[in-house]
Amino acid sequence: MSAKTNSRLEKILVAGHKAVTSECGPPRGSNPSHIEEKANLIRNHVDAINITDNQTSVTRMCSLAVCIRLKLMGLEPVLQMVTRDRNRIALQSDILGAASYGISNILCLSGDHQSFGDCPTGQNVHDLDSMQLLQTVRLMCDEGKFLGGGDIEHPPKMFSGAAANPFADPYKIRVPRLAKKVACGAQFIQTQCIYNVDKFIDWMGKVCDRGLHEKVFILAGVTPLKSAGMARYMKNRVPGMDVPDEVVKRMAGVSKENQPQEGIDICVETIERLKEVKGVSGFHIMAIEWEEKVPEIVERAGLYPRPQVS
Amino acid sequence: MIVGKQKPIDDIWEMISGYQKVLVFGCNTCVAVCHQGGNKEAEILASLLRMRATQEGAGIQIKNGGIERQCEHEFFESARDDIEWADAVLSLACGVGVQFIAGKYPAKVALPGLDTLFMGDVQAPGLLTEACQGCGKCILHLTAGICPISRCAKRIMNGPCGGSTKGKCEINKELDCAWQLILDRLEALGRLDEYERVIPVKDWSTERAGGPRKLVMDKEAS
Repeated sequence: MSAKTNSRLEKILVAGHKAVTSECGPPRGSNPSHIEEKANLIRNHVDAINITDNQTSVTRMCSLAVCIRLKLMGLEPVLQMVTRDRNRIALQSDILGAASYGISNILCLSGDHQSFGDCPTGQNVHDLDSMQLLQTVRLMCDEGKFLGGGDIEHPPKMFSGAAANPFADPYKIRVPRLAKKVACGAQFIQTQCIYNVDKFIDWMGKVCDRGLHEKVFILAGVTPLKSAGMARYMKNRVPGMDVPDEVVKRMAGVSKENQPQEGIDICVETIERLKEVKGVSGFHIMAIEWEEKVPEIVERAGLYPRPQVS
Repeated sequence: MIVGKQKPIDDIWEMISGYQKVLVFGCNTCVAVCHQGGNKEAEILASLLRMRATQEGAGIQIKNGGIERQCEHEFFESARDDIEWADAVLSLACGVGVQFIAGKYPAKVALPGLDTLFMGDVQAPGLLTEACQGCGKCILHLTAGICPISRCAKRIMNGPCGGSTKGKCEINKELDCAWQLILDRLEALGRLDEYERVIPVKDWSTERAGGPRKLVMDKEAS
């Protein structure tokens, strides 16, 4: 297999390296300096940086603009795109705009419901769903066509990704759902944060049984816990999150000032364990507003230095 | 059927202030089933408004009336005198009925007494749930008879999304995840393998997106 796009992420994965990605959330204002600082903190320790798209439905600087900034800084962005806020015209248009700046990675998502954010009285779009967005990206890239049937003069080249949540309900369709995303054109997957490693390994086994790991690169998602309170919040309040009791207990078992370090330790241990799991092609480290800890996690997990690809 | 909910009495009172003769006008079909807009509810609401008019010394005359359906010409004959009398008709029909009155009686003010909510069913006495959004191109044969357009908060055609937890929707723990229901039903029918069929990009032009819709029946059929 050889890389079909200019994506560094794709090249690293195709070369058989364990990839490392991370993510940064854009600011709630028009000053870009903070997100540039966050990106600079992790630039040498990750292969690509996801830029979230109005995550949790809170209005922020747009993902595309931040991705362009990162690209101009010489970094490798992953453009997150949710189907909540834009119809097929806007989505296709943004894909072309991204491609015009050499942005080569896109992550297709449906997005959290707007009731969680700062505009709960707003309309949602969902003209397409995440799978249909994947199909659209592939149609544009592989066939050089718009959804409306017209030809694209200079088709974009995108490495297309999707999310997978091995912990959401119902469990019985978690692997079929991944198969469906692969059939729709997912080339890489970033999973929900993994705290229940045993359950993830079980899911991954079933993924491999179907041979899906040979068709898509799966990056295991991890998020370091900052405190026992965060662990409890994620366990009880965040839909689709599986934080086992022993993880909460372990966090609560150390003093408050030592909890951040405990969270980092758990994260590093999780990566160490997952490195040995068949089908895991890399890691997606979502250090929520804690980007400065990403280098430590990457180094301690034995994932540094990052491979160079041309 | 169409389901609605009576507006708060203060809102209704504010709406009718300034008129002299108000007809509270029931619609005895859909919105009577949910006990919000039928002829009986019109009678009760008219009494409440008359009491309020007395309390506040407002010079409003309030009558009540009603017909079987406010969305068809033929039912209006029996209400001709009532409507003739009024200068404003507070319709307890859905938005269709209110507009039908506005169109039929250009000299009368038509006011909405209900908030029209959705097309739904009666799951249990007193419990009505949304089940159709009239998208104009039914896909229920692809989704085990459960509609993700009206029953999924993100109208996801290839669900469930990552927010589905223990069979419930991420936006409300009381709300069933439509895709969980679809999967359960596919399984019960022994057709779970159909889950992997991708539902293609939808043509929304038959829905609201395509503009107001019309059905023209040929003469024989009508």
